[in-house]
Amino acid sequence: MRTLYKIALLVMVAIMVVSCGTKPTTPATQQIATAAPATAAPATAAPATAAPVKPVTIHVLTMDQAGLKPAEIDQIVKDFEAQNPDIKVNMEYLGYDYVHDKITTGMAAKPPAYDAAMVDVIWPDEFIKANYLLDVTDRVTPDMKTNMFPASWNGVTRNGKVYGMPWLMDVKYFMYNKDILQKAGISAPPKTWEELVDQAKIIKQKGLAEYPIIWSWNQKEGVVCDFTVLLFGNGGAFLDANGKPAFNNAQGVQVLTWMKQTLDNKLSNPSSVSSDEGAVETDFLAGKSAFAVNWLFQYSDSNDATKSQIVGQAAFAPMPVFAAGAAASIKGSSVDGSSSFAIMATTPYPDQTWKFLTYLSSNAVQIKNSAEMLPVWQNDFQGDAMKTLLAASPTNLVTVPAFQAQFPFANERPTVAYYNEASAALQLAIQEALTGVKTPQAALDEAAATWVTLAAK
Amino acid sequence: MRVHPPFLEMKKNNPLPPRRRFSLRAQDARTAWLLLIPSLLVILGVTLWPIIYTFILSFFMAPTGLHQVRTFVGLGNYLAMIKDQTFWETIGRTMYFTVVSVGLEMVGGMAIAQLIHSHPWGWKLLRFSLIIPWAVPTIVNGAMWRWIYNADFGALNGLLMQLGLIKHYVPWLTLPYLAMPLVILADVWHMLPFVALILQAALAGLPLELDEAAAVDGANAFQRFWKIRLPLLHPAILVALVARTVDAFRVFDIVYIITNAGPANKTLTITYLTYLNSFPWGKQGIGAALSFLISIFTISMALIFIRFLYHPEETQ
Repeated sequence: MRTLYKIALLVMVAIMVVSCGTKPTTPATQQIATAAPATAAPATAAPATAAPVKPVTIHVLTMDQAGLKPAEIDQIVKDFEAQNPDIKVNMEYLGYDYVHDKITTGMAAKPPAYDAAMVDVIWPDEFIKANYLLDVTDRVTPDMKTNMFPASWNGVTRNGKVYGMPWLMDVKYFMYNKDILQKAGISAPPKTWEELVDQAKIIKQKGLAEYPIIWSWNQKEGVVCDFTVLLFGNGGAFLDANGKPAFNNAQGVQVLTWMKQTLDNKLSNPSSVSSDEGAVETDFLAGKSAFAVNWLFQYSDSNDATKSQIVGQAAFAPMPVFAAGAAASIKGSSVDGSSSFAIMATTPYPDQTWKFLTYLSSNAVQIKNSAEMLPVWQNDFQGDAMKTLLAASPTNLVTVPAFQAQFPFANERPTVAYYNEASAALQLAIQEALTGVKTPQAALDEAAATWVTLAAK
Repeated sequence: MRVHPPFLEMKKNNPLPPRRRFSLRAQDARTAWLLLIPSLLVILGVTLWPIIYTFILSFFMAPTGLHQVRTFVGLGNYLAMIKDQTFWETIGRTMYFTVVSVGLEMVGGMAIAQLIHSHPWGWKLLRFSLIIPWAVPTIVNGAMWRWIYNADFGALNGLLMQLGLIKHYVPWLTLPYLAMPLVILADVWHMLPFVALILQAALAGLPLELDEAAAVDGANAFQRFWKIRLPLLHPAILVALVARTVDAFRVFDIVYIITNAGPANKTLTITYLTYLNSFPWGKQGIGAALSFLISIFTISMALIFIRFLYHPEETQ
């Protein structure tokens, strides 16, 4: 019997050991404190004939949607590993919609699943409050601080502390189908949303598109992005000077009313109400729409013959604004869709992870991959560096001027820790108005009340 | 004088060694427990502990994150949900989904089971083909139906257009009154075979004599089904009904894929609301409370079905 007890005890111990895992769990904050003297230690600390160091593996989560494709990032990882044999990078790709939840569940695991993750511009406040992100202020070099776009740093900086490395600068663009406009006899794309309606009517009357405009207005973040574009283009804002919701004022209601009218007039594709950005791209690339609002990836895909039936037909124009907005000297409007990579506060390998992230966002890597994603380095858009950028890809001859024209007008969504819930309330309000469940005023008022409640908690 | 059986006499004369203190039965039980401990630990770790932990969590305000302060709120999370209009709207919507989808699955499943039981031409192929929709993972099923319903490229619009039933493509998933029925249709297509196979297996096990005797006595097909087969099928119906009701009430994945709870929350179900609170909104306490409210609803429904349908004496 005693032997049996011993065997049972061994089995239990074995189970506990296995379940504890083997990944080191020393938090990054502790490791910084202990690692610093080690790295600064004199060479005598290590024997001259030290055995080869076993490479450490860092786990990085990112999206498979906007920006670089997984195959392109895999190639960057391969190059990085060749230059850094002591670091292995395990990339994990997910659709954008799943990344946020994967980060939160991954951070609840013991040990946490990721050393670094892509962080969308709307998540830092929540993640900082949740203590997920490592403060990397001291790691940012003056070169990075000076030469990367200030807006890219704004996305990851709170109260003077930096929590990530800028990675992707993106805004929503207005794209149109040149062939359809030409056939309709329209010489130039619209400058105002009112002009867009007029042009769409002509296109519809001539039978060139049943629904000339397509949007991402389904019950996801995309509808808030599009609403941001329209709201600021009408002189509106999310919050007033006192931080109270202002999107339910006259400008906001006008915007939502206009959105509903374009659906009722059958100028906007009714399927917009169930479409995300991927569905918008599918529709636009099939040649079914004359106008679309989407992220940069749609342009490069439009020239990919394996995906697109409109190769060479897509073009950018500055995002229109409302006539009232133009009268109020609003020159343009878009929405910031940038993202960064952040080091998880729990990583045992902050130095190796930072090394990888700086490589990922390095000037050379970003220029090399600029066909899919323009660099976060503002000095690439100046002087001789600009020539290098334009020469890096034929696409850049079109996307770089489009970016320069649109990016200065990118508007931010509110930076609050409860953004996801606030956004959900706004998504619901917009959908209720678009589907006729409520009037635009009633729907926006209800969302504004929810925002007030959330802010008070 | 009391007479001891011979073996007790032997025991008296030859006492067991002092170490042997347990009976054989007790030793067997101890051995069984020792062998069970590893499995019990695993079960405890992966099922029981999360349930206990979630139950404890439901009494706290527990924001997502590391080193977060959890505040004890007692029944606060439960009361907050019970007072919340969205919660009751969501419960109503989930009940609608459950009643309609399970109802259609039970009726349709019974009809198909009867059809197979009557062994028409090709019945084996029919029974085999039933497995296909059921075998498709729910996520794949959801993605497939999302494409079928797609306004611009979907098969449903294509079919209706070919038949001349519509003149313009219909944006099915944008219509508040149609979104839930369309999700139900996708679920019924997926789960009806499960019910049909259970009922068909039960039908195959029924004694033929009763049916034949009733036919000889002049009972028509409907009377034979209603008076003989249906009562005998009660246990199988109960199993299918309880399994499907509990499953349908917790519907999440098919909604997540097809509609994302839209348009305008018209397909927001109670499990989806739990997910929103637990992960995107980081309110784990509320999410935990909702999980337990779901459990209370499903257990209540299961008990009601058992109370009204489980009559073992009738099937003797």
